[in-house]
Amino acid sequence: MAALFIASLVLALALVHKPFGDHMYRVYTGDRHTPPERLVYRLLGVRPGTEQRWSAYARSLLAFSAVSLLVLYGLQRLQDRLWLSLGLPPVTDHIAWNTAVSFVTNTNWQAYSGESTMGHLVQMAGLAVQNFVSAAVGMAVAIALVRGFARRNSDTIGNFWVDLVRGTVRILLPIAFVGALVLVAGGLVQNLAAPHELTTLTGGTQSIIGGPVASQEVIKELGTNGGGFYNANSAHPFENGTGWTNWFEIFLILVIPFSLPRTFGKMVGQVRQGYAILAVMATIALVSVTLTNVFELGGGATVPQAVGAAMEGKEVRFGVANSATFAASTTLTSTGAVNSFHDSYTPFGGMMTMFNMMLGEVAPGGVGSGLYGMLVLAVITVFVAGLMVGRTPEYLGKKIGSREIKLASMYFLVTPILVLVGTALAMGNEAGLAGLLNGGPHGLSEVLYAFTSASNNNGSAFAGLTVNTPWYDVALGLCMLLGRFLPIIFVLGLAGSLARQTPVPESAGTLPTHRPQFVGMVVGVTIILVALTFLPALALGPIAEGLFS
Amino acid sequence: MTTQVPAPGRGAAPERSGRVGGGLLDPRQLLVSLPGALVKLNPATLWRNPVMLIVEIGAALTTVLAVLDPSFFAWAIAVWLWLTVIFANLAEAVAEGRGKAQAATLRAAKRDTTARRLRSRDSAEWDVVGAPELKQGDFVVVEAGEIIPGDGDVVEGIASVDESAITGESAPVIRESGGDRSAVTGGTKVLSDKIIVRITQKPGESFIDRMIALVEGADRQKTPNEIALNILLAALTIIFLVATVTMQPFAIYSKNVNPGVPDSLALTGDGVTGVVLVSLLVCLIPTTIGALLSAIGIAGMDRLVQRNVLAMSGRAVEAAGDVGTLLLDKTGTITLGNRQAAEFVPVTGVTEEALAEAAQLSSLADETPEGRSIVVYAKDAYGLRERGPGELVNAKWVPFTAQTRMSGVDLDGREIRKGAATAVMKWVRDNGGHPTDEVGHIVDGISGSGGTPLVVADRDHVLGVVHLKDVVKQGMRERFDEMRRMGIRTVMITGDNPLTARAIADEAGVDDFLAEATPEDKLALIKKEQEGGRLVAMTGDGTNDAPALAQADVGVAMNTGTSAAKEAGNMVDLDSNPTKLIEIVEIGKQLLITRGALTTFSIANDIAKYFAIIPAMFAAVYPGLDALNVMRLASPQSAILSAVVFNAIVIVALIPLALRGVRYRPSSASKLLSRNLYVYGLGGIVAPFIGIKIIDLLIQFLPGMS
Repeated sequence: MAALFIASLVLALALVHKPFGDHMYRVYTGDRHTPPERLVYRLLGVRPGTEQRWSAYARSLLAFSAVSLLVLYGLQRLQDRLWLSLGLPPVTDHIAWNTAVSFVTNTNWQAYSGESTMGHLVQMAGLAVQNFVSAAVGMAVAIALVRGFARRNSDTIGNFWVDLVRGTVRILLPIAFVGALVLVAGGLVQNLAAPHELTTLTGGTQSIIGGPVASQEVIKELGTNGGGFYNANSAHPFENGTGWTNWFEIFLILVIPFSLPRTFGKMVGQVRQGYAILAVMATIALVSVTLTNVFELGGGATVPQAVGAAMEGKEVRFGVANSATFAASTTLTSTGAVNSFHDSYTPFGGMMTMFNMMLGEVAPGGVGSGLYGMLVLAVITVFVAGLMVGRTPEYLGKKIGSREIKLASMYFLVTPILVLVGTALAMGNEAGLAGLLNGGPHGLSEVLYAFTSASNNNGSAFAGLTVNTPWYDVALGLCMLLGRFLPIIFVLGLAGSLARQTPVPESAGTLPTHRPQFVGMVVGVTIILVALTFLPALALGPIAEGLFS
Repeated sequence: MTTQVPAPGRGAAPERSGRVGGGLLDPRQLLVSLPGALVKLNPATLWRNPVMLIVEIGAALTTVLAVLDPSFFAWAIAVWLWLTVIFANLAEAVAEGRGKAQAATLRAAKRDTTARRLRSRDSAEWDVVGAPELKQGDFVVVEAGEIIPGDGDVVEGIASVDESAITGESAPVIRESGGDRSAVTGGTKVLSDKIIVRITQKPGESFIDRMIALVEGADRQKTPNEIALNILLAALTIIFLVATVTMQPFAIYSKNVNPGVPDSLALTGDGVTGVVLVSLLVCLIPTTIGALLSAIGIAGMDRLVQRNVLAMSGRAVEAAGDVGTLLLDKTGTITLGNRQAAEFVPVTGVTEEALAEAAQLSSLADETPEGRSIVVYAKDAYGLRERGPGELVNAKWVPFTAQTRMSGVDLDGREIRKGAATAVMKWVRDNGGHPTDEVGHIVDGISGSGGTPLVVADRDHVLGVVHLKDVVKQGMRERFDEMRRMGIRTVMITGDNPLTARAIADEAGVDDFLAEATPEDKLALIKKEQEGGRLVAMTGDGTNDAPALAQADVGVAMNTGTSAAKEAGNMVDLDSNPTKLIEIVEIGKQLLITRGALTTFSIANDIAKYFAIIPAMFAAVYPGLDALNVMRLASPQSAILSAVVFNAIVIVALIPLALRGVRYRPSSASKLLSRNLYVYGLGGIVAPFIGIKIIDLLIQFLPGMS
């Protein structure tokens, strides 16, 4: 069953990635602006025809995100005075900060329970809007980097506003619309009604909260956001009703990240380069999904062995395999939606979800962020490999000199430092240790997971850790903010310096970057770099736990 | 060794006087360089190498900890950490030591001489001044037996000069005013005659001064790729620093949640002990490549010096590895300097032997290379013995003149002449002969194939035609095929007409040619290639080559060339062998490959070190982690010490490789990568598992190891 589930996903993605990747290529390279887009540009006061240098592009992006952050914070703090609040009080300052950062950075870490904290207006005008635009920002950055590779002797890398608007209007919105209809057909809720009051069998009352779930659900997956309408996220039957909605949600999570390499290949004029990147992503993803399934189905821990399967924390309607595959997909991308509780996974299964995020979420990663992360890794691989063929390393004809390697190095330094320093501070601090639900290695795993998730903008929680405290809200908020925007700045800088170069023509002395040899190297470099960085932490967390028995 | 394929004009030049040989590392060199290595422990100089500076700080810290809380283990770690830094310094000192030896021989040539400075260009009067006082534009007179006081151009006279002090070549060379052989170098000795030299160097910036600075590495600047690699290494160091430091709270937490576990040498309630933490850090940061990086760069320059090439900057050496287009002069590089007889084509009714004999007779007194080649060819192909002009007593030799444009001999009533087709045909007609059209066809055929026809006639009838052609040096086609596999385009530059050029280009197997090339054409070609993103290398010697040499990314000037050319290029070949460009490219590539290979090796090593150190640190708290001790090392102490010792020893073990460079065989990029990945990637993963296990087997019996 597990194999069939995975195989059908692979098949569906294989069928879709080409036409969809080509569509995205046309979206980002076309000259025409549709009338609604022109209207948006006029309202924003930008001239869509002008191109930006990397620094202007970055300034626009940061300004947009800063405004988003303020608006989202304001909406939460003032929700009781606005419409559709469902009578909920204003969100507390540290949660509002954490949540605002979380949704603007495409993380969707949720330190709160959605249904009992946010009213419909915040959900729709605040969170759902960010689900679209934060995803579009990620894609814009990826496209800007690809332009850096594709252009020659150019000072500019595109126009941020155009990329943002087109990504939202021409890619995310149409799919979200169709996808929402499909999910409603699958039984998901979509209304603006007040909570239903029910009397339960035991005589108590329970309020069942409905809302615009399906529309938010679809962009939650499609934009690799992950922030659920309900606290239970995709484990909640209103968010993810059946086995096939589960399949469809995984498909939505993976479709953009796995199609972007095609767009990349088309833009640099060498489709095979796109396939190489796709192959790296697919290899890591398949190995990871398989291992997670193996660890979970094998159930290598005391309790699962006693009850026959690692079912704790998993929904019966999904079962072990479909939960494991969802878990791997959500952590391999920057989604962070969950349909089961990773905290309850077997130690090694839980470690896989962490390791997936520690990879920097590049296989296939978040929308856009997966592609640019993978391209940075390819740049680092090219640098070492290129030296070994006796030339100044070059990727797609662009030389990887000291400026490029400096930006790439800073990119890959950011998240490990945030994860490790954050976890270390938490473990060495009363406020941090207070949140632990479990002692022993599992307690360390919970904190490590939280900081890994936040710094990599994943947003999934191991659960178990009580993070709704001012300390964690602030610390994780900082990790999300820095983990999102520092890498973006470095990537845009890289794009700028690549775009300026004259490409070196390809020859027999050029390192070929489209062959299995190179694919294998990128996979190797990615895994070894991550393993070396995180092995001490993992050894004291999940590995110690897994080998303890 | 840079390659396995033997070819002309390469391979180890015979050991020259005063030059330090390449090849294997002499253990004595390590000993000799030891004081230098100790001096380099000074943090003020070590900061240029951040990776090793961190090791030194770690070593100092460990020493303090060992003093405060002495144990055999702590002291052993401290000692080996210091050794790690010393070994790294040793690598650099050894590499520099080789250069110093060369600099010493050069210094010997730079004796303080006096100069006879002319009061003016045309003046016959001169003053005696010290050589350092000479300025640009001064004129000096130098006579037989005197040392030339500074670099300059001969403006009057001709002399034979002994340049062995610089080139190591003992045969004297001719230097004369005008033309492309006018440059002289300070410190060389005039053996005959008298010349007037215009000084072109600035005081203290002579060729020898620059050579000394270069081989000593005094003004060695980091090359672009080296800077980039340093950044990557710094980033890796930061990551491992963070990984190690942040581990401390995790360790304290882990220890505290397992209160029953007794303190160990590695882990106490205060976390991992300082000595062990430093050990882990040093093992993880890329010390191997960090230690050897500068030695690799110095040795790369050194390998060029071994081949008598002086690179004015490391940047140029690196650029050589990136070269995409090689411009090669036809004459002297691709072909032997002169045209040679390749075929005798007789007219109908004349045998080849008869023609060969006539051609040989007509050339016996002809001392031009073409004439000699006819005699040699007649002997080789037709077994005709060479006869000295004196053997044929009745012969009347007719020398070549610019008017007749033919030469020959009158012998026993025969009047044999050979020469340019038009001249000989006219001569035949003047003698009453009527050359047939056949001769014209043969001549046109040879011209059309790029050869030069020489018509041979006996008074009134044409015997046939000698086909002279440019002879491509042996092995050139193979070299160019090699270049193509490396992705390098070869372009032949020649003053010949396009027809001739094409024929030779086809024969030699170059990718393209530039015929009837003027200096402007050359410059335009270089610019065109560079606009396409290719780096261009070329050789040149004449003053009119200077702009092109300056424009090229790698411009190799011949030492015999003019000072303008030497000034414009970024390398000088003391042997003046244009073929060497190919070797320079290979050395450039080898330099980069060595860096990449050792970086890969260094990072790959970390995997085994984790497997040694992590269980050693934490198996006491989590016994399950002992499963990671795949090497089954004897005890935590011996495991950690083994990793540290291996980390230090591998530096020394790789010094010879760093100095020699990894083996380079011209082939395509993917083949090269596969091989290097296999050796240095896979090897880098496996080697430390074996090495650490062996060291553990040896040291487990030491005190304090259990």
